[in-house]
Amino acid sequence: MSKKEWPLWEVFIRSKAGLNHKHVGSLRAADATMAIENARDVYTRRSEGISIWVVPSNQVTASDPSDADAFYEPAHSKVYRHPTFYDVPDGISHM
Amino acid sequence: MSATLFEYVLRIGDDSLILGHRLSEWCGRGPILEEDIAMTNIALDLVGQATNLYDYAAEIEGKGRNADQLAFLRFDREYKNLLLVEQPNGDFGMTMMRQFLFDAFRKLFFESLEQSSDHQLRAIASKSLKETKYHLRHSSEWVIRLGDGTEESKIRVQEALDTLWRYTNELFYQDDIDQELIQNGIAPDLNHLRKDWENLVSNVLNEATLEIPNNNWQHQGGRKGFHSEHLGKILAELQYMQRAYPNMEW
Repeated sequence: MSKKEWPLWEVFIRSKAGLNHKHVGSLRAADATMAIENARDVYTRRSEGISIWVVPSNQVTASDPSDADAFYEPAHSKVYRHPTFYDVPDGISHM
Repeated sequence: MSATLFEYVLRIGDDSLILGHRLSEWCGRGPILEEDIAMTNIALDLVGQATNLYDYAAEIEGKGRNADQLAFLRFDREYKNLLLVEQPNGDFGMTMMRQFLFDAFRKLFFESLEQSSDHQLRAIASKSLKETKYHLRHSSEWVIRLGDGTEESKIRVQEALDTLWRYTNELFYQDDIDQELIQNGIAPDLNHLRKDWENLVSNVLNEATLEIPNNNWQHQGGRKGFHSEHLGKILAELQYMQRAYPNMEW
C-alpha cells in the first residue's frame, strides 16, 4: 500500500503560565499554515496554550540512541557538577 | 413582541443546531485525524451556540419549555433553519463549501448583532463571533486549497459551489419578523450585509479559481418551516433518543 501522506510536523505549545514552548506531539499537514491550524484544533482545544510553534519533523536532528553510553553515562559519576556541596548560611531562606 | 423575538432567536439557533449536527456526521470519518477533530470542534461550537440561543428562546417564551425540548421535541415544520445548512455533507469539498458560504454570512451577521439593543443577543453574538472567525478561516482555506488544488479537487469543489449556490439567496431572507425587530434596533438589516458578503465570497472564490454559477433560481422556505427532504431524516436521527425514551438524560 503506497498511500501518499502529508509531511509530519512537530508541535510546541506555550501554556498560559509557561515561559517556554514545550513539545506536545506531532501531526500531519500539507504546509505550515495548515500545520498551525491543525495544531490549534488538535492540541489547544482544552485551553492548553496561548502560542504555537510547528517545525517540520525532518528538520529535527536527533542524537543517536546508540551513542547513549558515550553521551550520557560519563555524567552519572560527576556528582560535583551539582551545586550541592555548599554550606548555606543560616540567614538565607528559600534555597 | 416577545413572540416575534422568540421566533427570531429560534431561527438563528436552528441554523447552528442543524449545521452542527451535519458536521457531527463526519465524526470518525474525516479525511485525516486532524481534520476529523477540526470538524467536530466546529460542530461542537455550533451546538454550543444553539444551546445559548435555545436557552434564551425558552426564557422569552416563558412556557416552561427548556433548550432540550426546543432542540429535540419539535416537528420539522417548526424548525426555521436555512435550507443551506440542512443540505447533505456530500464529499469533503461539498461540506467545506457549505461551511464557507455560511461562515462568511455568519461572521458579518454576528458582527452586526453585536450592535443589537438586546443585551442577551449582544452577548451571544460576541461569544459566537470569535468562534465563527476561526470557522471562516478554516473553511476559506480549504475552499482555496481545493479550488486551486488538483484537477479532481477543483472539479469537485466547483460542483459543490454549483449545487449550493441556489441556497445562498435565502441567507438574506427577511420578513415581518425581521422588520419589526429591525425597527426596535434588535435585529440587523440583512440587506446591509449583502454587499460585504458578496465581496468576501468572491474574493475567496477568485483565489480558489472557482466560478460563481449564473443559475439564478434560488430556493427559500426554511424560515417559514418549509424544508427540503433532508431535514426529516436529520430529525429522525437527532430526536430518536428523546422520542424513544422521553426525558432521558445522560
